[in-house]
Amino acid sequence: MTVHTSRSPGPDAAGDGAGRRGTGRGTDPGTGRGAARGKGRGSGPGADRGSGRGAGRSAGQGAGRGSGAPAGRLRRAVTTHWYAWAMVAPVVAVIGVIIGYPLVRGVYLSLTDADERNVERSIGVNHLPATYEFVGLDNYADALTGSQFLSTLGWTLVWTVSCVGVTFALGLGLANMLNRRIAGRSVYRMLLILPWAVPGFVSVFAWRFLYNEDRGFLNRLLAGGGIDAVPWLNDPTWAKFSVIAVNVWLGVPFMMVALLGGLQSIPGELYEAAEMDGAGAWQRFRHITMPGLRAVSTTVVLLSTIWTFNMFPVIFLLTRGGPGEATQILVTQAYKFSFEISPRDFAQSSTWGVLILVLLMLFAAVYRRVLVKQGDTW
Amino acid sequence: MTAAAAPDMPTASGPSGSSGPAGSRAGTGAGAVPGGSAAPRHRRRSRLASVALHTTLTVASVIAVFPVLWVLLTSLKPARYATTTDFFRETTLANYTGLLRDTPFLTWFGNSLLIAALTTLLGVFVAATTGYAVSRFRFPGKRGLMWTLLVTQMFPVAVLIVPIYNIMAGLGLLNRAAGLVITYLTIAVPFCAWMMKGFFDTVPREIDESGQVDGLTPFGTFFRLVLPLARPGIAVTAFYSFITAWGEVAYASAFMVGDENLTLAGGLQKFVNQYGAQWGPMTAASVLIAIPAAIVFLFAQRHLVTGVSAGAVKG
Repeated sequence: MTVHTSRSPGPDAAGDGAGRRGTGRGTDPGTGRGAARGKGRGSGPGADRGSGRGAGRSAGQGAGRGSGAPAGRLRRAVTTHWYAWAMVAPVVAVIGVIIGYPLVRGVYLSLTDADERNVERSIGVNHLPATYEFVGLDNYADALTGSQFLSTLGWTLVWTVSCVGVTFALGLGLANMLNRRIAGRSVYRMLLILPWAVPGFVSVFAWRFLYNEDRGFLNRLLAGGGIDAVPWLNDPTWAKFSVIAVNVWLGVPFMMVALLGGLQSIPGELYEAAEMDGAGAWQRFRHITMPGLRAVSTTVVLLSTIWTFNMFPVIFLLTRGGPGEATQILVTQAYKFSFEISPRDFAQSSTWGVLILVLLMLFAAVYRRVLVKQGDTW
Repeated sequence: MTAAAAPDMPTASGPSGSSGPAGSRAGTGAGAVPGGSAAPRHRRRSRLASVALHTTLTVASVIAVFPVLWVLLTSLKPARYATTTDFFRETTLANYTGLLRDTPFLTWFGNSLLIAALTTLLGVFVAATTGYAVSRFRFPGKRGLMWTLLVTQMFPVAVLIVPIYNIMAGLGLLNRAAGLVITYLTIAVPFCAWMMKGFFDTVPREIDESGQVDGLTPFGTFFRLVLPLARPGIAVTAFYSFITAWGEVAYASAFMVGDENLTLAGGLQKFVNQYGAQWGPMTAASVLIAIPAAIVFLFAQRHLVTGVSAGAVKG
């Protein structure tokens, strides 16, 4: 996903696009790509969109169809854009109305002291106008200097890093095993994907059932072995462990499936060649598997970091952030501000929301920069 | 990186028409057969390694399946034995009949089904047109759109939920299916559009061109030629939209109130919070909720490997 976005910026965006098209059409994708890309680059920087398209075409067909008269080219471009715009219009409308406006409004709320008592509302037949005031950056100052935000952020980071790290490691391990030829592979695969097929909130309730301190299955099992009951969800430390375990359980199938797809796209010849050159299992893994998985793994790690950081249902349904505030992550705390405390504090909730967004965007930017520095092409 | 993975995409999407397991087997088969040296390598795997491999996979499978299986088994036990560790005890369907007779479960189920179906239908349509436009056309605003779609996925529920709540209240859509459907589209569509774009990138452009030579408009080309070829993508997209809508908790809990308007995510919470923990009806409800999701999953799963990696690799 990101692969693309970040490749597009820069002057050769047009050329790159043409190259990609070449890939799609060439009978031999590997070489087609290289050729198309070269051509695209040449015409890319200075060329308008029409000729970028033309370059892609000529790479694929060998015929210079893009060399029409400028006016005709322009007309063709307008026609093309018309269709394209019509096709993306629904998304733009939905995103604009349901995300754009709320976002602006959320940012605005974060600069006010809005809460349940001073927003516009109706009590019976009386309509009360909004009386909240603009307070500038006060909310942000409060959040960033107070201990609540920072301690919640600390736990959110621990939560995100451990969830993504463990999930990735397990997903990679299982994907590697499933990529071998073993008996019953498709059965294993079906079983391992199962947590993905069950709706998240059902699984979370299932886990809550297992974790139950007095009568849950896990403690019964421990009691059978003569071990004292573990307060899975009632002790701050155990609760943290428990929510991470559940999230890992939920996340492994996606990771495994994505990495398995990546593994299957690594040509087997590479392994054979390495083996002939005397590379051991670890060396093959280190120098073929890992680089081959890089594109997929950078994407899934980015995505799952974002998802985990904002993972609302697991925390909300498993512990509601408890015991105390021990497992409260930023998102659940922000939700609590606007829906669970009284009076509802819309301003603080929005402030936390904006801070979450800023943190994630910073993360994405840094992540991308690090990858680019390491010489990644995306 | 992309270059290494990209050449394989056409082949990877090829076998996806057949079943997934077969497809993946073909994938490695193709890798292992040509040299002939890979097969001996596998045969050389020691008995010990083989046992270890199967043990690990079995343990992992048990961990993956057990919580779900346990819920299923519990739902078949009388409520008073719900917390026993026996796998079977006086197997009965009492929990199910009780659930259907004494609780508004069917109403919740209907609400969820309606919302999920509408979200899937609209989500697939919108994501497909967007994905196609982004894959095929270069147009002003394309890069901005793609960035927006990516950044949208980072939006925390928390920053949007209050303003969306206010908008829905203003439009009179609180407690209505339409309000949730629109909200879910904003979650499902950005990701789905990216995935569809990955799929459309694997459909050769000659197909579009031949369609246009034959006099189809770009819309005609899209609906009659390209869309049918991107069926795996549609399956994955539909799956994702459905699961998103079926399992969403935060918006559903906030927007829907009153027993008759709840979706399943909201309804299920009632069993645990309001009356203490009623494990009997709750486990029965869980099973009934999981079934539609599992059916959808079954249809989509053979495309999942292709779908996720196509989306990820081709971006």
